[in-house]
Amino acid sequence: MTAATAQRQLPTVMAINEALRQLMREDPNVFLAGEDVALYGSVFGFSRGLLDEFGPERVVDTPISEAALVGLGVGAAATGLRPIIDIMFMDFMGVAMDQLVNQAAKMRYMFGGKARLPLTIHTMAGAGLNLAAQHSQSLEAWFCHVPGLKVVMASGPYEAKGLLIAAVRDESPVIVINHKALLGLAGPVPEEMYEIPLGQAAVVRPGTNFTIIATGRMVHESLAAAEQLREHGIDAEVIDPRSLVPLDTETLVASLRKTHRALVVHEAVRFGGFGAEIAAQLQEAAFDHLDAPIGRVGAPFSPVPFSPALEAHYVPNADRIAGEVLRLLGRAA
Amino acid sequence: MPLSAETLRDLHRRMLRIRLFEEEAGRLSEAGRIPGALHLYVGEEAVAAGVAAHLGPGDQVTSTHRGHGHLVAVGGDFRQMFAELFGRATGYCRGKGGSMHIADMDLGMLGANGIVGGGPPIAVGAAFSNKYRKTQNVTACFFGDGASNEGSFHEAANMAGLYRLPLIFVCENNGFGEFTRQDRHQAIRDIADRAAGYGFPGIVVDGMDAVAVYEAAGEAIARARRGEGPTLLECKTYRFFDHVGVRGMGVVYRSDDEVRAWRERDPITLLERRLAELGILDEAGAAAVREAIQAEVREAVAFAEASPFPDPAALTEDVYAS
Repeated sequence: MTAATAQRQLPTVMAINEALRQLMREDPNVFLAGEDVALYGSVFGFSRGLLDEFGPERVVDTPISEAALVGLGVGAAATGLRPIIDIMFMDFMGVAMDQLVNQAAKMRYMFGGKARLPLTIHTMAGAGLNLAAQHSQSLEAWFCHVPGLKVVMASGPYEAKGLLIAAVRDESPVIVINHKALLGLAGPVPEEMYEIPLGQAAVVRPGTNFTIIATGRMVHESLAAAEQLREHGIDAEVIDPRSLVPLDTETLVASLRKTHRALVVHEAVRFGGFGAEIAAQLQEAAFDHLDAPIGRVGAPFSPVPFSPALEAHYVPNADRIAGEVLRLLGRAA
Repeated sequence: MPLSAETLRDLHRRMLRIRLFEEEAGRLSEAGRIPGALHLYVGEEAVAAGVAAHLGPGDQVTSTHRGHGHLVAVGGDFRQMFAELFGRATGYCRGKGGSMHIADMDLGMLGANGIVGGGPPIAVGAAFSNKYRKTQNVTACFFGDGASNEGSFHEAANMAGLYRLPLIFVCENNGFGEFTRQDRHQAIRDIADRAAGYGFPGIVVDGMDAVAVYEAAGEAIARARRGEGPTLLECKTYRFFDHVGVRGMGVVYRSDDEVRAWRERDPITLLERRLAELGILDEAGAAAVREAIQAEVREAVAFAEASPFPDPAALTEDVYAS
């Protein structure tokens, strides 16, 4: 990244927009389809202007029909195109689950490697906007459990652009999860196309004596927690896996070997969440290095509530993360 | 316009290839030589043959759990098909798919499908791709009366109608969704009626009459190639065997008399009678065609059974593109 390009700041929503535009300019087989992505520019605004540049053949408004929408992507990918399918809210994936889990994920394997499925599913997850139980979930664990799908989560504008470009150029189905509460978050984004390789974690904040592994919006809460922990003499390393499948276990284990303690943080429900998989892998790989049990912070076992008073308790935050770190260290929070 | 002798012979050959493949697969399954479950196409051959006779390079087919017939109809290779049913490394899917996922991407056969209603959304994608790439290709989406109750079919039909996609929905109405008779799973008689809800024509055709299917499919496919959008072609047909496996008679969900009545209208017998009347193919000629295919079946089974099973190392290959 050059100094000049690093200075340019873009909000996440525009980083997604730029990635889509560049991908569509690069490859005529790339198209975007989804509910209200064309004329309206998506309800989140990330596809504004694309219809004008690329026309209705390549920026396609669809009926509210998630099963057919994902099927559109599967059939088009299997016959030579490179579709980007937008599922407006991640919660709506349930409507299209067969196409995602039984068709897209398995086609290549079932056909003995003879199908090619360069399919990207782009979606918005996360709570924090008082949208209640059916528009706020983080369901990444569902898809991580299905062989054949790749799953990535962006924590900001740089990641949103780099992960989307890598996903669309990939030859397998990839689910790209953005967080709706991060769309306005601005940060440095290079103007040129670049990829964040799938399966490469980032050390967001280097540290020496505690490892916090966090995804999506929780990366920012964990960075804030790390600042709080400095007062307690704790120098926390914060790692963003960025890609859950494939998972960069190596980077996570290397950090744990250095710090001997780890906490996994995600916004999804803690029980059965992907944090459990990370914790299990860490203890399998580096049990002898552990000075404390691996901790997990996630949402309580309930649907996402509507009331701001309740939602604030539902979504993990810096205080809870810092408190859990202190608890793991045997210190009162 | 009467069909040419060549077309009639072609239909006959496609149907007989399906029948003999399926009868042998059924025998091997009953004998315990083929593992897993087979959903056999016997009785419905006129549908696959009548549609596939119009398809060519670049066209696609989405299929069902009863998918062998569709693959044979578009030119599937018996050796790779039997090898797949036997779970061998030389099979179409290297032994990883089996009967319910048999596919040939080179022939545009985008897979049999273990999920009822799984195919129509994929067919929409393939047809969208044909249009996007500015080809004249069409997609034929086979599905059953059972699938016509799945939401995925309705979503796909709506989208295909909206975008006027080059697609034909071919409903193989064999009267049963698994073991449930049509009048116990939907309140309509003609599934073709459903097309009206999506803005394209729905046509009912005698699915035991290969010529009728051929003619109706020809019109629908020509319409699709002209860019005039989809058609729903409902073929009234019958499953001579059970939902899974062979038996089919002496079962609780239908009477033997009913099966006998449908077998009176065996699509291959009907066509052979017509070929004989027209002087195109006499009994000896039909027997010669049959024997040639039977020899091919025997050779393919021998090839399959002599083929190796996949190496355990292949287990986790092909999950992702490398």
